[in-house]
Amino acid sequence: MPTSKSEPTGPAGGRAGPCYDLAVIGAGPAGLAAADTAARFGLRVALVDAGSRLGGQYYRHPAPELGAARPGRLHHGWAVFTRLRARLAASPLVDHLAGHHVWAAEAGGPGDGGRPWRLHATHGPGAADRTTVRARAVLLATGAHERHLPFPGWTLPGVVSAGGAQAVLKSSLVLPGRRIVVAGSGPLLLAVASSLVSAGAEVPAVVEAASYLGYARGLPVLAGNPAKLAEGAAHGAGLLRRGVRLRRGSAVVEAHGTDRVTAVTVARLDSRWRPVPGSGRRIACDALAIGHGLVPQIELAVELGAGTVTGPDGAVALEVDAEQRTSVPGLWAAGETCGVGGADLALAEGVLAAHAVAGRPAPAREAATRRRRRAFAALMAAAHAPGPDWTGWVTDDTEVCRCEEVPAREVRAAVEELGAGDARTVKLLTRAGMGWCQGRMCGPAVARLSGGGAGRPDSRPLSCPVPLAQLAEPRPD
Amino acid sequence: MLKRTPYDVVVVGAGVVGAACAYYAARAGLKTAVVDRGPVAGGTTGAGEGNLLVSDKEPGPELDLALLSARLWRELAAEFGERVEYEPKGGLVVATEAAGLDPLHGFAAAQRAAGVEAVPVAADELRTLEPHLAHGLPGGYLYPQDAQVQPALAAAHLLRASGADRHLGEAVTGLLRGPGGAVTGVATARGAIAAPAVVNAAGTWGGELAALAGAHLPVLPRRGFVLVTEPLPRIVRHKVYAADYVADVASGSADLQSSAVVEGTPAGPVLIGASRERVGFDRTLDPRVLHRLAAQAAALFPVLRTVQVQRSYRGFRPYLPDHLPAIGRDARVPGLYHACGHEGAGIGLAPATGLLIGRQLTGADPGFDLAPFRPERFERFEGAEGES
Repeated sequence: MPTSKSEPTGPAGGRAGPCYDLAVIGAGPAGLAAADTAARFGLRVALVDAGSRLGGQYYRHPAPELGAARPGRLHHGWAVFTRLRARLAASPLVDHLAGHHVWAAEAGGPGDGGRPWRLHATHGPGAADRTTVRARAVLLATGAHERHLPFPGWTLPGVVSAGGAQAVLKSSLVLPGRRIVVAGSGPLLLAVASSLVSAGAEVPAVVEAASYLGYARGLPVLAGNPAKLAEGAAHGAGLLRRGVRLRRGSAVVEAHGTDRVTAVTVARLDSRWRPVPGSGRRIACDALAIGHGLVPQIELAVELGAGTVTGPDGAVALEVDAEQRTSVPGLWAAGETCGVGGADLALAEGVLAAHAVAGRPAPAREAATRRRRRAFAALMAAAHAPGPDWTGWVTDDTEVCRCEEVPAREVRAAVEELGAGDARTVKLLTRAGMGWCQGRMCGPAVARLSGGGAGRPDSRPLSCPVPLAQLAEPRPD
Repeated sequence: MLKRTPYDVVVVGAGVVGAACAYYAARAGLKTAVVDRGPVAGGTTGAGEGNLLVSDKEPGPELDLALLSARLWRELAAEFGERVEYEPKGGLVVATEAAGLDPLHGFAAAQRAAGVEAVPVAADELRTLEPHLAHGLPGGYLYPQDAQVQPALAAAHLLRASGADRHLGEAVTGLLRGPGGAVTGVATARGAIAAPAVVNAAGTWGGELAALAGAHLPVLPRRGFVLVTEPLPRIVRHKVYAADYVADVASGSADLQSSAVVEGTPAGPVLIGASRERVGFDRTLDPRVLHRLAAQAAALFPVLRTVQVQRSYRGFRPYLPDHLPAIGRDARVPGLYHACGHEGAGIGLAPATGLLIGRQLTGADPGFDLAPFRPERFERFEGAEGES
């Protein structure tokens, strides 16, 4: 499967490559499953991924040079991954385009005789480090990124994202500190705490903002997802055994320290996530891993005008039918792009999408998994949805946009004095969200401070930075 | 419907033109309301570069308007200054080949006769003005009156300074009509806002608002893309563009036309724009457009080849078939005024437009010939051309 396999006709440099039956963007669980299934149906597949190794964030693992004895030790479902990886490597029909960032997708024409899709990708800094991938159909499996809710002190060294802490641990086997508070909201917190403890860190507390009462409303859904319950229970039991305390309905409302975080203040929250006055307690630590769940990464599809839905947690996801079709003909989506729901769901949706692309009937097992897990995902999203008053802990001095160093004061002034009513206008008036991360970090916070919900994401003609020299080169086709 | 405080004037549109109308109306002592279905600067204004240009305009009514506006912007800068990122940086127009010099000389001579400052720049002086400009360019002109503002900030601060009541996020659904069909206010989803005068500053939707009053105003969208680089040290000092830009603005062709207007910003990123296409409100990205912008920018400033384009944005300019805006009282509908169709020059032309509308509203002598901008001038074109 490596790129070299297709080198003679491969889509390198300025030449037009072959036209694939399916281009899969993203090599996490959904993309891997889709590429594998599609290849088994005889489709020629391009697996285009920004990462250097297969697996995405979920199956992130150390580089071989690190010589990890058991790279799967930190993973659930590692065997599933190694099986997919082996099959893909052996398939003559799959080209893995590693390190390729797709900056724009051009929709193809209808039918087999129509113009193919074109994915424009950059894979290095040079003028020639660009590729146009042509395909009959495209599957968007670009996953999700973390939701960050700012609080005073969140920019201190030692404060890391929960997902980032886990990613660094998985890829480099490095811990962000020795005594690590894990905080935020969502099922990832328990998994992260488990990983950190397994790797030798002390975790004095896991601070979960949700009360978990939300789950009680969905007992039938829980009963239908015993594996999910067992997974949560296993994390919980393991943590308890090691003396890790779970504080529910609480949040880190401030991180303290000068050069580095040395302690955090944890406060109780009311049902709207407003900190309860006088409830603050200080916990000493040398690192804080914080995360508030995930947000689908769907810029490429939004730019194409694909229909979206807003989940119970306010996150915007792609709207798909039972066979993972988006509203744009020829564009499929699977996994977190359709709403955050975890790896098993992503694997099932990848398989379903590949069946649909290949014109095969949907397999019953994956269809059932999808139904069950989607219901669970909705329950989870509702339970961990940020309460409407979380901005109560955002002081005027709190930096909201880290890239452009915009404090909450400026965002509030733009709304109250200048007439900004949404995140886009706040961005225009304050530069919040205009920096390197393009609002992926501060987007939800700016939206909330602007008084609006997440709304429809901003359209982005370029979904990631591109070297100007690559845009300036004449197009090959 | 709810009764609200009666106003002297309701401005529809919270872009930079609507904000300027509100600003000058309020300064003329009128009680003003501004209504917009979105936030401030939510349309074309928020997608603009903030060009305050006289350099790209041939002698004629638009240049006269631009010269008046350039003076007004200097006055406004004294009031708003850094808050709207006003920079009197000047424009540098370069010829890309020797054959382009003669038309440039002729164009500049005519502009100077009309009151524009245009200073010839010899080939060997170009890099003194712009050290990173490509070698071998044959020459150009410096236009000291060209300037820059950050358009969203400009609209927001003009609107705030106007003291007008803001009805943002409130879509206009109809016009109130009085005896003889006179417009007497607007109806919105939240109620009625009564006023003896309504100003149509609705930008690309100006034609639809006019149609609510039964008036024909063929405002059409012209799409543009802008590229934004990563933040850079100040490597581009002026607004720099190739001479072919002038031909593009006045062009009637529907084909893609672009020329790289390259400029730095106080925040660091270099802006490269803007393409001009007539494709309706189609939002589909055509990478060829981005390619042309990037290639032309790199041809002017080779150093840009090594930088990252961080993002791109698109906007739709409101234009009228003769490429002049509609400004002033609508002779067909009492009470209705227009201030729209400024195409890519709305930021630059906003203060003059606002000032003249303000004078008309108060019955003062505009002191400026508004005949070329008459809103009803398209009546006779109706159905004559495919595009209008």
